[in-house]
Amino acid sequence: MKMSDYNFAYLDEQTKRMIRRAILKGLAIPGYQVPFASREMPMPYGWGTGGVQVSAAVMVPEDTLKVIDQGADDTTNAVSIRRFFEKTAGVAVTEHTDQANVIQTRHRIPEQDLTEGQILVYQVPIPEPLRFLEPSEVETRKMHSLEEYGLMHVKLYEDIAQHGAIATAYAYPVRVEGRYVMDPSPIPKFDNPKLTMAGIQLFGAGREQRIYALPPYTDVVSLDFEDFPFEASKADHACGLCGAIDSYLDELIVDDQGARMFMCSDTDYCAGRQEETAA
Amino acid sequence: MQVSVLEGGFADAPVQSARAFREIMTAMAQPGRINTVDGAHAPGISVASSVALLTLCDPDTPLYLAPSLDTADLRNWIAFHTAAPLVTPDKASFALGAWSELLGQDFPIGIPEYPDRSATLIVEMPALSATGATLRGPGIKDMARLSLPDADAMRDNTRLFPLGMDFILTCGSQLAAMPRTTRID
Ligand SMILES: [Zn+2]
Repeated sequence: MKMSDYNFAYLDEQTKRMIRRAILKGLAIPGYQVPFASREMPMPYGWGTGGVQVSAAVMVPEDTLKVIDQGADDTTNAVSIRRFFEKTAGVAVTEHTDQANVIQTRHRIPEQDLTEGQILVYQVPIPEPLRFLEPSEVETRKMHSLEEYGLMHVKLYEDIAQHGAIATAYAYPVRVEGRYVMDPSPIPKFDNPKLTMAGIQLFGAGREQRIYALPPYTDVVSLDFEDFPFEASKADHACGLCGAIDSYLDELIVDDQGARMFMCSDTDYCAGRQEETAA
Repeated sequence: MQVSVLEGGFADAPVQSARAFREIMTAMAQPGRINTVDGAHAPGISVASSVALLTLCDPDTPLYLAPSLDTADLRNWIAFHTAAPLVTPDKASFALGAWSELLGQDFPIGIPEYPDRSATLIVEMPALSATGATLRGPGIKDMARLSLPDADAMRDNTRLFPLGMDFILTCGSQLAAMPRTTRID
């Protein structure tokens, strides 16, 4: 199909207005989950339909889009979403973090700091950080309204009692502006300190029909305890490809003998460093 | 129907509303920032207010019109271009008017479980500049300045957080925003 066969960015105008209103309320109440009426998208839920709908609602034709899946630009998921917006919104695409206006991400924050004007859109599977403590939406809404976050701390403290440290490694809960407890999506906790950034962060959960947001420079604090402060940990290695010691690493089995190698999960960051070294 | 009712909308709604929303969103995300919009002009109100109505309002968003703007021309324009129902302040998702006419009205501020169910006020301003009140809070690096219509009333609104109203301030083709999180020194 040609681009002219679709409405701009696929969604109809009324749907985009509804999502846009939810985004504005999300920005006005940082960390609070705004309900929205999620639409069927031409891709399965696991592919980030919430993120795709948010991206569709914020995109302009002049944008350059980057899509990452756990840090990589070249997975099937990332490539499909990029092609979808090339076709339906006519936007340019890039793999370079610094050249993108809109970055849709699944489970990572780019290593390179975002700047003002950049928009980071997260695909979120489970937006409610209290869900594993309380299955009822009515109850979790009440808990948020009363700032009843004691159980969350108890859960984290049980980790410490059991494992000697907080075991939660992904989707590590944060407190936003001292008010709402928020699930930052399943990013590694290594990424949590980057949640306070110059870019605009928008979170879209398609199946759960929630949108939430963080304006630039919003105060975001990972939950912790005085005697067990939060630690943005990563594998204690250097990247086997570019030598970086400050980036989040994936561990890969690289041959039939089971030899392992650590490498940057952010493929653009890693490639940029390798080019610098070669030059 | 008068010609003026049919005119003044977006010529290419999908693309123009996308560009307009980017300006409104970055204004809401960065209080104090003043953005410029174009492409719409309703009878008797600013370009920026017209653009905000077209971008955000539709049959799902009850709208309150301040008395001095409540003309047949503007009513017809809103009906034709947005189909937003006109309502009293207590039922409004959006409101449009000068500050003096919006002040003290009983707009929704949300409820504890759903603070998003609150009104967004589009305020027609005589001037808009990065001067005056000092702003701090989410979206602001250190501090920003903005010519607010009424710093005291906005301070009261901020105290309601996480409840409260949010504001889009318009003047000519310019707009800025004041979410309920912005602290005013
Ligand atoms: Zn590397």
